[in-house]
Formats: sequence, structure tokens, C-alpha cells
Amino acid sequence: MNSESYPSQILESAVKEFSQLPGVGKKTALRLVLFLLKQEKNDVLRFADSLRRLREEIVYCKSCYNISDAELCDICASPKRDHETVCVVENIKDVMAIENTQQYFGIYHVLGGVISPMDGIGPDDLMLKPLIEKVEEGKIKELIFALPTTMEGDTTNFYLYRKFGDIEVKITTLARGVSIGDELEYTDEVTLGRSLVNRLPFEKTL
Amino acid sequence: MFLKHLHLINFKNIELAQLELCEGINCFIGSNGAGKTNMLDAIYYMSFCKSFFNPIDSQNIRHEHDFFVIQGTYNLNDEKEHVYCGLKKGVKKQFKRNKKEYDKLSNHIGLLPLVMISPQDERLIVEGSEQRRKYIDSVISQYDRAYLEHLINYNRVISQRNVYLKNLKALNKAAHDMLDVWDFQILELGKKISKARALFLDELKPVFLEMYNFISGEKEVVEFAYKSHLNDDDFEVALRESRERDMILGYSTKGVHKDDVDFRIGGYPIKKMGSQGQKKTFLIALKLGQFKFLAEHKNRKPLLLLDDIFDKLDTQRGDRLIELVGGDFFNQIFITDTQLNRIKPVLRKINKESRIFMVEDGEFKQQ
Repeated sequence: MNSESYPSQILESAVKEFSQLPGVGKKTALRLVLFLLKQEKNDVLRFADSLRRLREEIVYCKSCYNISDAELCDICASPKRDHETVCVVENIKDVMAIENTQQYFGIYHVLGGVISPMDGIGPDDLMLKPLIEKVEEGKIKELIFALPTTMEGDTTNFYLYRKFGDIEVKITTLARGVSIGDELEYTDEVTLGRSLVNRLPFEKTL
Repeated sequence: MFLKHLHLINFKNIELAQLELCEGINCFIGSNGAGKTNMLDAIYYMSFCKSFFNPIDSQNIRHEHDFFVIQGTYNLNDEKEHVYCGLKKGVKKQFKRNKKEYDKLSNHIGLLPLVMISPQDERLIVEGSEQRRKYIDSVISQYDRAYLEHLINYNRVISQRNVYLKNLKALNKAAHDMLDVWDFQILELGKKISKARALFLDELKPVFLEMYNFISGEKEVVEFAYKSHLNDDDFEVALRESRERDMILGYSTKGVHKDDVDFRIGGYPIKKMGSQGQKKTFLIALKLGQFKFLAEHKNRKPLLLLDDIFDKLDTQRGDRLIELVGGDFFNQIFITDTQLNRIKPVLRKINKESRIFMVEDGEFKQQ
């Protein structure tokens, strides 16, 4: 369908906006727009308002760069959390994933990406400042690197490790190995090989 | 391991072919363009999930048709293995083992080891170092998955470093800090890659020499040597010192991505000094060395595909080659040739079962 065939310019501009979303093409965009047109006016306005608020009111926690409603996010503001342990993650989705484990009681630091010049992200684009300050002030006992297990994740790990290398802080990283419930024969050789090299004393698995 | 039965539909110029193959030597005889090499390519396809010649799958479909099917039945440790490969234009390639489709094609590669000797191998000598690295990498990756992983990561490090260098305006402290990280990865991954390459070439060398000397009748002295920046004493220093230059050029000049293998004959580069027949002998010895290497690592004798093997070789070398591959060390072999009279006396000399297929216009008839 070419652009001339839209019966209305307003429709066309709405379709154009929708098709900028990731994974949405012109056809899907038109379907979504026509769907919205059929809904109650108030529902659609509420939808639009939530988008506006999303952009205008959401802030990033000044301490950890997690998405937040207030200056400090709920996790950073909580006195129940261990503020001496920081888990370094790529983005907010990782925070949600780790929170869902219910196994972690420290705080987070969200980098907003990993070093990848091919995607336009250099070391200066990472949100590092408050973390470096906290570590330099001696407020942190342990840093847990929980970045993606890709080459770019590794590069970022190394970069951070070298940055904090001279400061007294324990640096750990997530274990990598065989998934729970996996058959060994279906585990890829690289993971399995690594699990063998970094095998655990059995007592620790009890 | 051997291929017992082969069934093709619409693969390249072959409309339909059903072949019963023998465990010894199978010959495809026909004139240029008849379809001999296409048959070898179909066999290659079943081992590597792609064509040896044309990486664009859809171009391997017979003209004016929209699909091809290759099916093979193998005897693997006395068990029957059925391999199916189907491609329809615009649809994802289907690859099945015993009617079960693979999630990842890489899981199939290595199951049916195969070595192809083709006139195209000449590229290994005449073209740039990239061809030689590609060759070494493809052989090692067939038995060492971790190697492939290191290689992929290494190449990504180089790509990231290159983009960073291209956009870099000044080589200040922050830039050095960042480059330190990539250089560390280049060093660590590079060591692993370089070690595996050196080990492979070391293991290959004695077998290669044995093969070369046998085919040539010990007429010439040949050798090859692995060359890598990593073997230089001060690689770390050199890597650091190359930063300025790398920044100006916009790419990384030091590392295992510049590795090469130096092929020599009588002390001189074979590319410049070798005759056509010597080059061919060199390449055949290299590939047969690879055969032995794979056979030991896989504990299974690969299929051996010989495309237009007698071209450029003198009669003595041709005879000795046949004597060699007719031996017990090799199992199933596929040979293409244009002349029946050349192949017949050759087969008589060998103590192996053989079958001849005459090829004409994509049709195969057993003689």
C-alpha cells in the first residue's frame, strides 16, 4: 500500500508513528490504529495520557539508574536492603529477572547498555558515575557482575574490573553452567566444558 | 562409514537420480558440464548442510523449478542413518536425520566427516592469507566446538575495536583504558586460537610430508610453517604500539586474524616457484593429511571426494595417488573423470570394489 492511498492525513500520521515501534510494520500499525478508532473515546485518551506520563514523569533513580517514580527507586530507598552489595546489570529487565528469583537482597546498578561501538555504545555512554563514587567512598563491599554472557558483556566486565582494580572491593560474577532440569546430552559443549572446569564441591550444592 | 544410497531431485542440473553406491570406489564419468561435480556437491551437501561451490542455496535448484531434495542412506557403525535435505524457494531449508528435523544445522556438521579435493583448492595457494585461515578454521571447528566459539568472539572483539578506532578522535587516557580491555581479550582469545592452530598444523605436518613424498616419489622438498604475530616475543608491546597506526587506518593490524601459513617448495614460496603439477600435489597431500587427521579425531574414516584429480598430474604421480587411496586407510571414495579409458586400467590395479556411472546431461547410468 503506498502512502497516497490513505483516506486521511491524520490516519496516515498515526500509522507512521506506530510503525516506528520495534517489530511493527505499516500493516500492523494500520491494524492497531483502526482498532483504537473503534474503542471508547475515554479509553483511548487514557491510553494517550499514560504515554504522555510515561515520558514526562518517569525518572531514573539517581543512585542506580533504575526506572522509578521518585528520585530514589523503591529498592534504593528501602532500609531492608543490603546497601553494601551491588549487582551490576545491563537494563531494567535484568533487575526484574533477578528480583523474581527472590534470592537477592542487595541493591542494583543499571548500566543502560554494554560496551559495543558497533551499536553506538562506547564506555562513556554507560551510566557509571554514581557507582564509581559509591565504590570510591568505600560504601560497597561486593560488586556482582550480572551482565549478558556475550562477548560485549565480557568486554564490559573487564572494563569495570580494571576501573575498580585498585580499590578494595570484592568483585564476583554470576556462575555459568548447566541449567536446572537440563539433560547433559543436550547441553552445548562450551557450557558443559566450562561447568566441568569450574565444578563445585558437592557439599555446596546440598 | 559409507554412503549406500543417494536420491536427488532437481539438484543443479540433475532432474532425478537414484544411485546404489559401493563401499569402495565410485566413479562418475562424463564430458564437461554433464553433472559429475554436481553429484559430488550433493554428497558434500549432506555432510556440511551447504554447497561446496555456491553458498546461495536457492541457486542450487534446477533452473525453472522451485525446490530440490537430496536424500542419502548411510551405513554408520552398521546402523542405518537417513539424511534428508529439502529446499523450497522462499522457505527455510529442511534438514533431517532419521526423519527428525535438526534445531541447529551446526549439530549435524561433523557427523558425516568428508574431505573434498577439487581444482578450487588452488585458491589456498594463489589467493591471500584469508583463504588459508578459513581452511584451517573449518577443519579445527569440525572437531573442536570451543575453538569455534573463541573464534567468533575474537572476530567480534576485532570488529568492535575497529568501529571504536574509526570514531576515535584522540588517543587519550580514556581511549587507552578502553583499548587495554580489547587488547587483553585479543591476547587471551588469540593465545587459545593460535595454540589450536599450531597444534593442528604440527599434527598435520608429518602426515602431509608422508603423502607428498609418496605421490611425488620424493622428488622435491616441501614444507609449511605457521606464521602468527602472537609468536613474536613482544606481541603485547607491539599490540600496544600499533594503536596509533590502527587509529589512522581505522582497523586492527595485529593479532591472529592476520595469521598465515607459509607454503614452500625447495625453500621457495610454492605460489611463485611451484609448477602446476607440484601445486596440485601439494594440495592433494594437504587434503589427504587432513583426511588422516579427521579419521583419528573422529574415529571414523571420512568420505573422500576427488574432483578432476588426474588433471595436471603426470602419469607416475596419478598412479601413485591411486595406489595410495586404493589402500586400506581410505574407505569410500568418489572420483570424477572425463575419460573412461583413463579410469578403467586404474581401477584394475586396486584391490577395492568399484562401480562406474556414466553421466550425460544430468542423467546417471550404472555401467
